[in-house]
Amino acid sequence: MAMPVVEVKNLTKSFGDVVAVHDVSFTIEERDFLVLLGPSGCGKTTILRMIVGLEIPGSGEIYLKNRCVFSSKKGIFVPARQRGVGLVFQSYALWPHMTVFENIAFGLKVKRMESAMIREKVKDVLRYMRLEEMAGRYPQEMSGGQQQRVALARMLVCEPEVFLMDEPLSNLDAKLRLEMRAEIKNIHHQTRATTVYVTHDQIEGQTMGNRIAVINTGVIEQMDHPKVIYNRPANLFVADFIGSPSINKIEATAALAPTVQGNAVEVTTSHFSLLTSYKNIRNGQGVVAAIRAENIAIVSQPGANTIQGEIQTVLPSGPETILQVDCAGLRFSILTTQEVDAEVGKSVHLYLPPEHILIFDKVTGNLLPGG
Amino acid sequence: MIRKDRSVTASRIRNYLRQPHIIISMILLVILVLIVVIPFFRMIKDSFVWQFADTRLSRDAIPGDFTLFHWKRIFSSGITRNVLVRPLFNSLSTSLSVSFFAMLIGSLLAWLVTRTDMPLRRLIATVSVLPYVIPSYIHALAWLNLFKNDRIGGAAGIFQFLSGVSPPNWVSYGFFPIVCTLSVHYFPYTFLLVSAALSSIDSRLEESGEILGASRVHILRRITFPLVFPALLSSFILTFSRVVGTFGTPYFLGAPVRFFTLSTQIYTHIINRVPAAGYILAFVLIAISSGIIYFNQKFIGKKKSFVTIAGKGFKSSLTSLGTLKYPLLAIVIALLAVSVVLPFILLAWQTFTLYPDDYSIHRLTPLFWIGEANTAFAEGEAGILRNPAIIEAAWNSVKLSLVAAVLSGFLGIFIGYAVVKGRNTTLAHTVEQMSFLPYLVPGIAFGALYLSLFTHSIGPIPALYGTFFLVALVCISKNLPFTGRAGITSMLQIGNELEEASETLGARWSMRFRKIILPLSIQGALSGFVLVFITVMRELSLIILLVTPETRTLTTMTFRYQEQGYNQFSSAISVLIILIVVAGEVFSKKLGRKTAS
Repeated sequence: MAMPVVEVKNLTKSFGDVVAVHDVSFTIEERDFLVLLGPSGCGKTTILRMIVGLEIPGSGEIYLKNRCVFSSKKGIFVPARQRGVGLVFQSYALWPHMTVFENIAFGLKVKRMESAMIREKVKDVLRYMRLEEMAGRYPQEMSGGQQQRVALARMLVCEPEVFLMDEPLSNLDAKLRLEMRAEIKNIHHQTRATTVYVTHDQIEGQTMGNRIAVINTGVIEQMDHPKVIYNRPANLFVADFIGSPSINKIEATAALAPTVQGNAVEVTTSHFSLLTSYKNIRNGQGVVAAIRAENIAIVSQPGANTIQGEIQTVLPSGPETILQVDCAGLRFSILTTQEVDAEVGKSVHLYLPPEHILIFDKVTGNLLPGG
Repeated sequence: MIRKDRSVTASRIRNYLRQPHIIISMILLVILVLIVVIPFFRMIKDSFVWQFADTRLSRDAIPGDFTLFHWKRIFSSGITRNVLVRPLFNSLSTSLSVSFFAMLIGSLLAWLVTRTDMPLRRLIATVSVLPYVIPSYIHALAWLNLFKNDRIGGAAGIFQFLSGVSPPNWVSYGFFPIVCTLSVHYFPYTFLLVSAALSSIDSRLEESGEILGASRVHILRRITFPLVFPALLSSFILTFSRVVGTFGTPYFLGAPVRFFTLSTQIYTHIINRVPAAGYILAFVLIAISSGIIYFNQKFIGKKKSFVTIAGKGFKSSLTSLGTLKYPLLAIVIALLAVSVVLPFILLAWQTFTLYPDDYSIHRLTPLFWIGEANTAFAEGEAGILRNPAIIEAAWNSVKLSLVAAVLSGFLGIFIGYAVVKGRNTTLAHTVEQMSFLPYLVPGIAFGALYLSLFTHSIGPIPALYGTFFLVALVCISKNLPFTGRAGITSMLQIGNELEEASETLGARWSMRFRKIILPLSIQGALSGFVLVFITVMRELSLIILLVTPETRTLTTMTFRYQEQGYNQFSSAISVLIILIVVAGEVFSKKLGRKTAS
């Protein structure tokens, strides 16, 4: 049984009249890599800053390794410098008047470590981050990627109990970002440090985390393993936010239809009906059916669960191609890795496998239980 | 249960108070209340209370009792016309005229320097700032050396010496010379504001007008002018608010012919031991300049944001002056010569004359610089370079400027920290606004505030009148609006995260401040230090009411010598001040360039 490292209970924070974080609770266990994922302004950075101790929460409780560092009920607030957590900032926050060495050594000097020891430790971490030659440089004399590594090194050298990272890669170009993702994952693998990572990039979120909390307007919409988040989004917001191209949505009415295997739910629009793997939905309920772009197949002939449409746009990108297909006014995105001879204006048949169709309640937006 | 709630509340308050910026804000608040707010209320109170000296004015006076006597005396009595109405009219008419001419000269110069192909533009831009760096009353002294006539008494000026014609009074004294000298002193202000505005306008805006076939005059009037209009208006208003509080120039050029302004009236009343009357006139002055500044912030502050300034990649193309190029250059050089070089020459010349009205070359003497004490001249005062009183004053000036620059600079950094860290909180707003208050109070009135407060002892604080500390204190508080602004700006540039990063690494506040905040903000603050140093070095209005023989500075010495008619001494000290101040300005330019790179 892993031990909870970070526990957040009923955390709430407002700025003036704006509620930034509303009644958020979660637990992070040892060695977890939790990604706080959400659009900008959703409150994810505020949550992180409250864990670090740079922001005083309105109410709730925070525990770090079973030590209470904030409690509105008990009136406890431990300042950031006594919490022993490390933070990497979006802007890196390297001190421009100090060299790389001085930047990294700062946290050790604060701890009053001997200077010989400091030199040793900084040298180690510089070697680890492949920055040996940079020790005497100033941050502004380095590339963005190098600055990022210095910021990581500055945190690592102090060996904090929890790593917190606030969009650390958002200022890097696409290629460097891929490299740094691998680097951070590697660090996590080697140090086994519990990590909380904030990002607005859903692809980054899925690559990095072993758990994702999707946040929207200060509320956690869903918190789970990345695969679950992707395959079984708890509601339409998560379904929409995760995945590129966006999930295809069809507003429809549900109805029970008899099949060979027994009753199954069928969703019907004015133009077509689709069979799903659902068994039990109230007749006539308004629903939103959704299917991921890569789960739609292009077939040569019409058949069960196929729709006819006309190709509107072809967006090839190396190994995969995105097609946009118009079906009676509805636009579907289809992601395919096969060679397709797609031409704009061509008529095609789309096959939507019943097992990949998700059904959400039209009113609440929540995923309806399958089976 | 109730008990538990109480302890939770207590620890919540303790947590709130443990934030460093809250503590700093609180300390600043106490300091600001002491040095800004209390003087203000003390002055209000004093204007409603009988003073000891008032027994001369009225038999009913019971010192310490409440009275409306002073207010009635100023606003509705036989002397209202002479004490309030005419000085008010003179203040407004000189300030309006000066603002107008300063704006005209400054904006034309700004246009020539930023937008045309006139030669020597960079040199002109550098020299154009100097008239503002020199103390304003030095232009007045130079004017007197040139145009003084012998009718009022005292020695005649160079003009009369060379031509033999005695200039009429309106040339020597009063409205005309005040407007001339102050316009020359204040045009750099408009110059700086308008050239900044002009150089930030994308000239493609103008070019697109040209492509559409508009004439050059048309473009200037319909495109360029509306774009710089906010800068123009704001420089007009800010010049006005400064001129209205100026004391030295109207005193030197106005007082001899009884041409009084509000600022010189305040001084006269306080010197004549009717301080309450002086305080009430100071309120009138404060009301005028706060009204003006409020107007500026309310109406122009907003308009500014609506000027279209392209952030990046704009180009500016230069208008060709054609055949007017060299005639215009000649005019500009003449203007700068008159406003910078000529005053210096006139003053320097005066210092070498044996008798104040004899400017002949063969009579020039270094007596007033290096002469030994000789009872034949100036009642036996030694030349300024070996005169202990002047050396002491010079030392006082330097000491005062350094102390004020360093302390108000540091306070500015703290203000910046408290305001930026606590932004959007009432506490931070209060600190910011309080630190801005001294800006609303004209120098002479601010001196009067301090005089009223610190002549008596208040509680544990002894009467500070006559101490160096008081003079330093008034200079520190008066400069807080500038250093506070500078502190806020540099704190905003530093960014919160740099401090937070060190906090997450376990650094206490004292270490964060020493290792991160101070080293990063000191560069920005250094040019602020130099600015305050220069400002205090040339300060007269602010401290004239507060200095005593022990605390006198170079500027107040100039003032006394000029009053007593020892023109050579006052000129010699002015020359010293100019040299120090220009050196400071050059130094700060160098510093600015160094920190910019």
